[in-house]
Amino acid sequence: MTKLDSKIPEGPLSEKWTKHQASIKLVNPANKKKLDIIVVGAGAAGASAAASLAELGYNVKVFVFQDSSRRAHSIASQGGINATKNYKNDSDSDFRLFYDMIKGGDFRAREANVYRAAEISNNIIDQYVAQGVPFAREYSGYLSNRSFGGVQVSRTFYAQGQTGQQCTLAGYQALARQIKAGKAKMYARRDMLDLVTIDGKARGIITRNLVNGEIERHGAHAVVLATGGFGTVYYLSTLAINSNGSAALAAYKKGALMANPSMAQIHPTCVPVLNDYQSKLTLMSESLRNDGRVWVPKEKGDKRPASEIKEEERDYYLERKYPAFGNLVPRDVASRAAKERCDEGYGVGETGLAVYLDFRDAINNQGKETIKAKYGNLFDLYKKVTSIDPYEEPMRIYPASHYTMGGLWVDYNLMTTIPGLYAIGEANFSDHGANRLGASSLMQCSGDGYFILPVTIGDFLADEIRTPKIKTDTPEFEKAEKDVKDKINRLMSVNGKQSPTSFHKRLGLILWTYSGMKRNEEGLKKALAEIKELKEEFWKDVKVAGKADDMNHELEKASRIADFFDLATLIVTDALDRKESCGAHFREEYQTEEGEPKRDDKNFSYVSAWEYKGEDKEPELHKEKLKFEFVTPIQRSYK
Amino acid sequence: MNITLKIWRQKNKDDKGGFVKYQLDNVSTEMTFLEMLDYLNEKLVHEDNDEPVAFDSDCREGICGACGLYINGRPNGPQEGVTTCQLTMSAFKDGDTITVEPWRSKSFPVMKDLVVDRTAFDKLIEAGGYISVNTGAAPEANSIPVPKKNADRAFDAGICIGCGTCVASCKNASAMLFVSAKISQLALLPQGKVEAKERARNLVKTMDELGFGNCSNTGACEAECPKDIKLTNIARLNREYYKAY
Repeated sequence: MTKLDSKIPEGPLSEKWTKHQASIKLVNPANKKKLDIIVVGAGAAGASAAASLAELGYNVKVFVFQDSSRRAHSIASQGGINATKNYKNDSDSDFRLFYDMIKGGDFRAREANVYRAAEISNNIIDQYVAQGVPFAREYSGYLSNRSFGGVQVSRTFYAQGQTGQQCTLAGYQALARQIKAGKAKMYARRDMLDLVTIDGKARGIITRNLVNGEIERHGAHAVVLATGGFGTVYYLSTLAINSNGSAALAAYKKGALMANPSMAQIHPTCVPVLNDYQSKLTLMSESLRNDGRVWVPKEKGDKRPASEIKEEERDYYLERKYPAFGNLVPRDVASRAAKERCDEGYGVGETGLAVYLDFRDAINNQGKETIKAKYGNLFDLYKKVTSIDPYEEPMRIYPASHYTMGGLWVDYNLMTTIPGLYAIGEANFSDHGANRLGASSLMQCSGDGYFILPVTIGDFLADEIRTPKIKTDTPEFEKAEKDVKDKINRLMSVNGKQSPTSFHKRLGLILWTYSGMKRNEEGLKKALAEIKELKEEFWKDVKVAGKADDMNHELEKASRIADFFDLATLIVTDALDRKESCGAHFREEYQTEEGEPKRDDKNFSYVSAWEYKGEDKEPELHKEKLKFEFVTPIQRSYK
Repeated sequence: MNITLKIWRQKNKDDKGGFVKYQLDNVSTEMTFLEMLDYLNEKLVHEDNDEPVAFDSDCREGICGACGLYINGRPNGPQEGVTTCQLTMSAFKDGDTITVEPWRSKSFPVMKDLVVDRTAFDKLIEAGGYISVNTGAAPEANSIPVPKKNADRAFDAGICIGCGTCVASCKNASAMLFVSAKISQLALLPQGKVEAKERARNLVKTMDELGFGNCSNTGACEAECPKDIKLTNIARLNREYYKAY
């Protein structure tokens, strides 16, 4: 039976990481050369980890499904990255960022991990600036900051609406340098389809070469998953269409525990669903809420153009309901408020499933040029997608699946319950609790990749210096390869009538309806039954065109969707277990009189960590009790 | 609307390949171009028992740079300033014949149908498109002020998405715009100046070795770049290159 040990160091909050670094085991430079590490995924977390590990002297093998690691979806992160530099002199500090994240996550994250994320945030900005990230600057030449949702200080560093792109490319370039130096090797266009464990330790992966369909074995002394989130399980999401949860699920099925899988963030400001053909939803950065005002008409079903609706006929509902934070309430609050208005019949646009995000006042007060300098590329992006000019008309926005706070359970060293298997960035669960605050994802990914993993992985590898190169002609690799081939053969041989995508759409709709922004027991139980039925139908009637030993996008999709059924089941199972509301997890049965989430700290102040027990068997729940030694959980209020 | 598609089909890198015609009915103007191809693929697989058309795409919001097709002879089609995934079917009308091809460049070999191999771009970055600073070695971020004008220009060059439109639009298949964007971004920042000479020499040398053509200043790359990367970057690259010898 798996036992959870979070390995949180003793001592005062601000000394834990320093003490931990000083006390964990080290690998000397000569021995690092003998050790191989596999890194799967190379976005903000993976590329920075791979580069930093290679700089330290380890041999790094990097696997990505894209044609180049520069395309990892961190590239699409828009608004910014937080750090506690306090350049604005507005009383920011590590503790304040830590507290904002703990509170923003509705007291469902680990104190020690979150404090560490805040503590190293400044090093990340230093690193990126040194790498050539062109962050926004003041006329003085010094770095500029802006504010983000859920906080009252300006601590976000940004590069217009393309901060993620600039940071991701910096990591990509650092990795390119190590590839050139021969310390890292890139395996592009590879899907990780299984994890290989030998004597209980992670020792390799099985990949499919997406160019020729070959199934390959790769061994290493440790494996790092930096495979991002699985928000695409909802079908329509702000993620790239190929983002998936298969690597995480493979690890789960090999014994890694999955933590808080139901904690999925629905981002409030996205371009609404426009038609049935749509393959993805486009994010409009949360930073827009700094200057944009959210409103709907006061009159139900008012279909007049926004320009004809007078000031007194508009309901700026976030400012009305949450005067202290106004339009800058956290994402979960903003999303639910938008859904509530639309469900009540106040939504705008043809579908009624949208609210306005209006820049009229900001343009009048600050001038069009100022607004353009702040958000120009986001306005252009919006116009390209919708043909509406946000300088002239308000944007229409609606919530969409965006980020998974949940993920593989990891200890303080970012190691999963499988020794030698690490999960970093969005792929783990550790820092965001039940809701993630804006501009903290790039921060966590970069922190994990640059500064935490390269240190903590030594603690495991120090005991592996006598382990020779991992051979891949062992029964464990044999078995894993066979399992992968069997799954592919099974997918190819169903030869039914429906496309993989049609199943994905239906699965997404089930999750969105019953396990989206609002959940209840009846709906969740229904979802479980429907997912089970759909999975059965999939395996009887999916049609995968093309061949297995060839470039085949349909097969890639089908394989990922097959895994989504299991992930979806896990999400719903977790949502059913958590009989409270917290952050993004809103159970209608558990709300305050004002309709805000009602936590139950007595019974649910834990991280749920699920253990795989076999195909179609109930997973086993392990609880990591959350200890709050340095803050007192309170009812979140943004009023 | 109803359209006719002439799509390049090629089994693998060794296959000769050729155009295949498809009739596609009930296309909505609300679809993006890639959603239209998704729709075609559904039809090919489920009605015609044919193999779907292979094409690369990922973010579908114009930032990852994975997509990129010649559409009616133009990179990314007829709309200005968009990537292929941002192109919408409203750019076309009922009865149109639309020709779809992969990027055509010796340095970007076709792998299958519309999918090309752009590893050459990664090789260029590996040749020196970075600042050699190890993790942990960075000084305090505000210790070196950077004039706002230079930071903004570095950003304007740094937003290149590596899609390959510049190479695809160039009659010489030159990668000058791509290379110059990276050279410019890093040369404009004090942090990148230390290695500027070496970087310029190595990137230009590698560009030649990878088989990219030279620049003859026709400006097609700038005209077609979905991210509005300017030719002035090429001027800056030339200056950096001369300074490097």
